[in-house]
Amino acid sequence: MLNFFQLIIIYAGIYALMAIGQNCITGNTGMLSLCHAGFFCIGSYATGIICKTLGLSFWLSLPVAAICSAVVGFLIGVPTLRLKGDYLCIATLGLGEIIRNIATNMNPVGLMSIPRAELFGYQFSSRNKVTFILLVWFFVLVAYILFRQLSHSRIGRAMTAVREDEVAAQSNGINVAKYKIGAFTLGAAIGGTAGCFATAYTLTVQPSSYTFMVSVMVLCMVVLGGMGNLLGVIVGAFIIEFIQYFPQLVGLSSVIPAQATQIIYGLCLVVLMIWRPQGILGRDKYRYGDPRSAKERLVSFFRRGEKKGGKA
Amino acid sequence: MKILETENLSRIFGGVVAVNDVNFSVYEGMVNGLIGPNGAGKTTLFNQITGMDKPTRGKIMFDGKDITGLPAWKISRLGIARTFQNIRLYRELTVVENVMMGLHFKVGSDPFKGRFAQAVKSYFCASKENRELYAQAMEWLSFFGMESEAQEFARNLPYGRQRELEIARALAAEPKVLFLDEPAAGMNPAETEHLMGIVDKIKKHGITVVLIEHDMKLVMNICDNITVLSFGQKIAEGSPEEIRSNPLVIEAYLGREDD
Repeated sequence: MLNFFQLIIIYAGIYALMAIGQNCITGNTGMLSLCHAGFFCIGSYATGIICKTLGLSFWLSLPVAAICSAVVGFLIGVPTLRLKGDYLCIATLGLGEIIRNIATNMNPVGLMSIPRAELFGYQFSSRNKVTFILLVWFFVLVAYILFRQLSHSRIGRAMTAVREDEVAAQSNGINVAKYKIGAFTLGAAIGGTAGCFATAYTLTVQPSSYTFMVSVMVLCMVVLGGMGNLLGVIVGAFIIEFIQYFPQLVGLSSVIPAQATQIIYGLCLVVLMIWRPQGILGRDKYRYGDPRSAKERLVSFFRRGEKKGGKA
Repeated sequence: MKILETENLSRIFGGVVAVNDVNFSVYEGMVNGLIGPNGAGKTTLFNQITGMDKPTRGKIMFDGKDITGLPAWKISRLGIARTFQNIRLYRELTVVENVMMGLHFKVGSDPFKGRFAQAVKSYFCASKENRELYAQAMEWLSFFGMESEAQEFARNLPYGRQRELEIARALAAEPKVLFLDEPAAGMNPAETEHLMGIVDKIKKHGITVVLIEHDMKLVMNICDNITVLSFGQKIAEGSPEEIRSNPLVIEAYLGREDD
């Protein structure tokens, strides 16, 4: 039971990293992309190859995975620049599948028995989950701070403008193409690092696990938590992972088949979209035009519930 | 003095000649009107000048520089701002945030150089920069008397106010020339009156205005110079009095007598 809780926390952390990347692409810049599984795959392979084939440190694989995914993200971003909405969605879906198929064709078995991540002689193993939780969530925290700052800076402002109206953004002197490609590159980079942690935890890389469903799940986390709200996205990752492992958690995995979890989170999404289309935490009302001091902000955050009903 | 000029500017969509060899001039410090019946190519001309559309042939000179075919974001950084016929606000952002977007590229001293350094600096001092932008944006809002609506979502504003907000956003970039595409469309007489006041204020600020408009009362009242387009061709140019009595213009709008 406790074991499963820890497992959920670890996977929620890994997927939270992915969701932060997806949020950068979909939540901030407004591009509906479905190829995060591809970035995840690249990150996993980077760790697999560096740790096993080359015998180098896990820590080296983190920047390498980020750079490799970023390059692929950039390469996906350039040709799909002119695509919008559902067209972009289909194009990126195809590209995500291409990455998976390349991996499958190279070696359908994938990589096995990858050495564990090490820090000052301490090995992060799946047996000691607490330290692994600390490892993953430390990086989630770092990514959260980095991307939060990004979304408040001029880059984030420009991304928001691109999401809201591309034509108007151009007329305000914003180079739309640059920010779209930039968002893809950054989102892909963080998605790649998520792959590293997944590999470090399972110690295997199987190309069959990076399916389109992973991308959909990550997108669901973003939509569920609230597009463009980083905290919401992390909450979304938790919820989806919780639903995923719910049958095992309550010891009903023999009664509820694994496929049923997909039905459950499909249902959750439908219900949520009816009751709260903006996601659980929703968008922040103020992004940068917040005149209030930090204290006022804190007070209004806790009073959020009272003011509801005024404006939807 | 001419601040902007097009030379034989043409735009051909397949077999349709939307703009045909137009020599359009914008005089500095004046309110320049661009009128013509529906489908005359006014908005197409606007789009080409502001870089939203590429000319098929011809040249656009702005402030002594050739800006033909430059991307829209570069043109807007050179000092050409515009509003749109169908309002294009950042609807999910607040009013003040909309204006802050207009200030976007004004943050750095040079609109082109040192952008990367700007972005890095902005990354580390985001909240300070946001406060500065916020204060500047509020100044622009007070110019329009919209401070009380600053925290409202742009989409919740009434139609006339949305148009004004769009103008405020365009003005925030402190352009040399402001292009207004049918600013009075859908406005009631009181709102139109208010708009005329705004355009007058903008002109007094020393900003050249170019406007497309169908409301003849407005055009004849506030424009110093009017250009008339019909079927993609320039048929007349001159002061409001000259335009009013020009037989070609009357024909374009009302048809010929012996038809």
